[in-house]
Amino acid sequence: MSQYVLRRLLIAIPSLLGISVVLFVVLALAPGDPFSELATNPNVPPEVQAALRAKFGLDDPIYLRYLHWLNAMLHGDWGFSFVSRMDVDQLILQRLPATLYVIGSAQILALLIAIPVGVYAATRPYSLFDQIANTLAFVGFSLPTFFTGILFILIFSVTLDWLPFVYTTDIKATGIRWVLEMIRQAIMPVAVLGLFQAASMTRFVRSAMLDVIRLDYVTTARAKGLGQATVIVKHVMRNAMIPVVTLIALQMPAVFGGAIVTEQIFRIPGIGSLLISSILSNDTPVVMAVTFVFACLVVLFNLIADVLYGWLDPRISLR
Amino acid sequence: MLDKELRSMIGQVKDGRMDRRAFIQRMAAVGLTAPLANQILALGGVAMAQGASTYKPTKRGGGGALKLLWWQGPTLLNPHFATGTKDQDGSRLFYEPLACWDPDGNMKLVLASEIPSTQNGLLAADGKSVTWKLKPGVKWHDGKPFSADDVVFTWQYIKDPATAAVTIATYRDLTVEKIDDLTVKITFPKPTPFWADAFVGATGQILPKHLFADFIGSKSREAPTNLAPVGTGPYKFVEFKPGDLIRGVINPDYHMANRPYFDTLEMKGGGDAVSAARAVIQTGEYDFGWNIQVEDDVLLRLEKGGKGKTVYAVGGDTEFIALNFTDPNVEVDGERSSMKTKHPLFSDPVVRKALSLLVDRESVKKAIYGRAGRTTANFLNGPEKFVSKNTSWEFNIEKAAKMLDDAGWKPGADGIREKDGKKLKILYQTSINGPRQKTQAIVKQACQKAGIEVELKSVVASVFFSSDVANPDTYPKFYADIEMFQIPLSQPDPSQHMRRYLSTSVATKENKWQGTNFPRWVNKDYDAVINAADMEMDPVKRAAFYIKANDLMWQDTVFIPVMHRLKVEAAANNLRPVISGWANETDNLFDWYREE
Repeated sequence: MSQYVLRRLLIAIPSLLGISVVLFVVLALAPGDPFSELATNPNVPPEVQAALRAKFGLDDPIYLRYLHWLNAMLHGDWGFSFVSRMDVDQLILQRLPATLYVIGSAQILALLIAIPVGVYAATRPYSLFDQIANTLAFVGFSLPTFFTGILFILIFSVTLDWLPFVYTTDIKATGIRWVLEMIRQAIMPVAVLGLFQAASMTRFVRSAMLDVIRLDYVTTARAKGLGQATVIVKHVMRNAMIPVVTLIALQMPAVFGGAIVTEQIFRIPGIGSLLISSILSNDTPVVMAVTFVFACLVVLFNLIADVLYGWLDPRISLR
Repeated sequence: MLDKELRSMIGQVKDGRMDRRAFIQRMAAVGLTAPLANQILALGGVAMAQGASTYKPTKRGGGGALKLLWWQGPTLLNPHFATGTKDQDGSRLFYEPLACWDPDGNMKLVLASEIPSTQNGLLAADGKSVTWKLKPGVKWHDGKPFSADDVVFTWQYIKDPATAAVTIATYRDLTVEKIDDLTVKITFPKPTPFWADAFVGATGQILPKHLFADFIGSKSREAPTNLAPVGTGPYKFVEFKPGDLIRGVINPDYHMANRPYFDTLEMKGGGDAVSAARAVIQTGEYDFGWNIQVEDDVLLRLEKGGKGKTVYAVGGDTEFIALNFTDPNVEVDGERSSMKTKHPLFSDPVVRKALSLLVDRESVKKAIYGRAGRTTANFLNGPEKFVSKNTSWEFNIEKAAKMLDDAGWKPGADGIREKDGKKLKILYQTSINGPRQKTQAIVKQACQKAGIEVELKSVVASVFFSSDVANPDTYPKFYADIEMFQIPLSQPDPSQHMRRYLSTSVATKENKWQGTNFPRWVNKDYDAVINAADMEMDPVKRAAFYIKANDLMWQDTVFIPVMHRLKVEAAANNLRPVISGWANETDNLFDWYREE
């Protein structure tokens, strides 16, 4: 087991290196530079922009810049943002809580809806409940989040005036009021993201359950006289959950990566909005760091999913 | 006319010894138009008028929270590293200059106690030096006293190239010396008619010496105060999250009486302009929304029964179409649009004139800019005293067609005009931006009717405005026949703006396209006028020079002004923001209050 994990980690190193090379080259070749806004200001002479480019090493050849970056990264130095001249790791840590809170809650909401609905629908396929759940799921994943987000704002903020649509990180309240405010402002973004995720996940859980529920050992369990609840939860679900775990594990990096569109709509200061604003201002060190961390998380959670298989189904052996 | 005589006549009008009409008639006799004579009269008074204040509250504080929404949040809080106006806006909440600009482009005192002028002896008659008196008793937010040392230090900090300050151009050629604790003297290498650039407005914010002294030069990035400013402003710094949030609280020791009004301050970043307008005008979640570049239809709809309104500020930003005077299609020595070529179509002035007749400014205003635009014939649209009244514009397809017919540009078999085998086909480029693409469509339609074929091209803004030498699509390279954008006029003086088009500043391969004269227009008269204006200390004559410069551009059709654009902001109905078109939105923040 530990040998397996170690081997997987070693295999991850070249693939992460490859990913970093590709990311770096693509970013370096992209047009524009972080100081282009200066060019439109008549007060700033072109030399200033040139001096800044030279100071931040933007005029060096790409391979040299990559090696510098790699060397610094190995020493734990993530570099600094060209735009805010702040250390990148600080910038990311500042944004992480909001993303974890909103996207994490959305994932939990999605699971809380998808698993019970999917399981119940699978036990009564083509019943009225199944039909309704299916229809809603189709509607749910056909509507993009930027549409439902704006729809929610129009209904709940503009027309009904129940919920705020600008997410704020400094709520002027303490204790229970602070908690309530935090929940109130997260309702819309969490609902938008959670319902979207829940829709596709419900379909997935249902079909995974249907695959298992017809198997002979389930009939055997029923023949032993076990109750419906025990059969479903102990016998069917445990096996049906294996593909679902993969799906969830692959979703986990997204919890850290944020949701670009939703964060932008609700002004949530998360990783997603940091990424998009950094891309727009050509702030390469930040874009590089965020995407690279994202790549690492994908590799890591894939490994975790594989390890979890072994625990869920002892027949799968890890070599 | 002799300057002395002019002066004495202005004096006579001021004292009431000569009536206004007589003055204008005398001017007309020597060939000056009536509007220009009026302008001269308006200018003859004080050189720099002090801006009036509209501030009403009679005590400090008590105004609750002020919630500002900047849809592009500030990313750093050192004004001298600001890559865009958003960073200057954020820094200006805490740092202050000696003086700032009011909505009319007049000077308003902040850390200085007196406006320099030749009358009070603070401004040298030769324009080579200016002395500033500082307000006594001003304290930094950490309690340390503010003095002339801080002003001198700020200059040293910026002018060190290793600091990499973006404001270096303003400060590197001048010398700042301390006369006493409350007096500084700025010496210029040559006569400087616009002496109010250094230490005034957004680029003039003064840094505390005691906190930045160790971080001058190459260590500038490491200063902890880059992210946690300690200034002299009306609000003290509390918290900063780049791109997301700035918080401040009232400064109880602020140096202006009864100010500021609000107890706390919050500047939230992120999102987009439309939803920012919604949050201020429709739901009232925020008090003020910055730079609301949204279609007027949408704003009008939001304003109906809403909780806020739009606020406009007039500055000098002009959206223009520039004409290329060189040939973008011929490559000479590895460079297109080379100075060794002439534009095949635009070398005929009739074609340029016809083109300007085909820009339907009224429709552009109606369909796109609405209340946020004014039609204009001028390239230079402010401050008021520099605006020419000698120009005019019209939209007239028939007239354009007739002019082209008369000049020998006859329609060919395909309906497109041609002369000597050259077809009237032009490439029209701009950056990707909703209003710009719509304007392109309006111009193209009119051109087609007049027999000119227009090909439209849109370039991503980050490329169009970059100085990337390797990219052919940047505006300074100008590999197109005409191009449209705007260059903001960031101070109430046209000198920097107009200097860009000197024939010595042409953008070429040799200077890596860093020359500022991108239309590659060469006019000896223009050079002479601009150089004369740069040395002229008399405000009346100086204004006349810039009006002349603008008129020369108009005669040669170098630019076709599309729209004089106003700043658009959104504010809660009861908020009284003071916004100047000549300064950053937060430049007059100390005068903001809420009507009870």
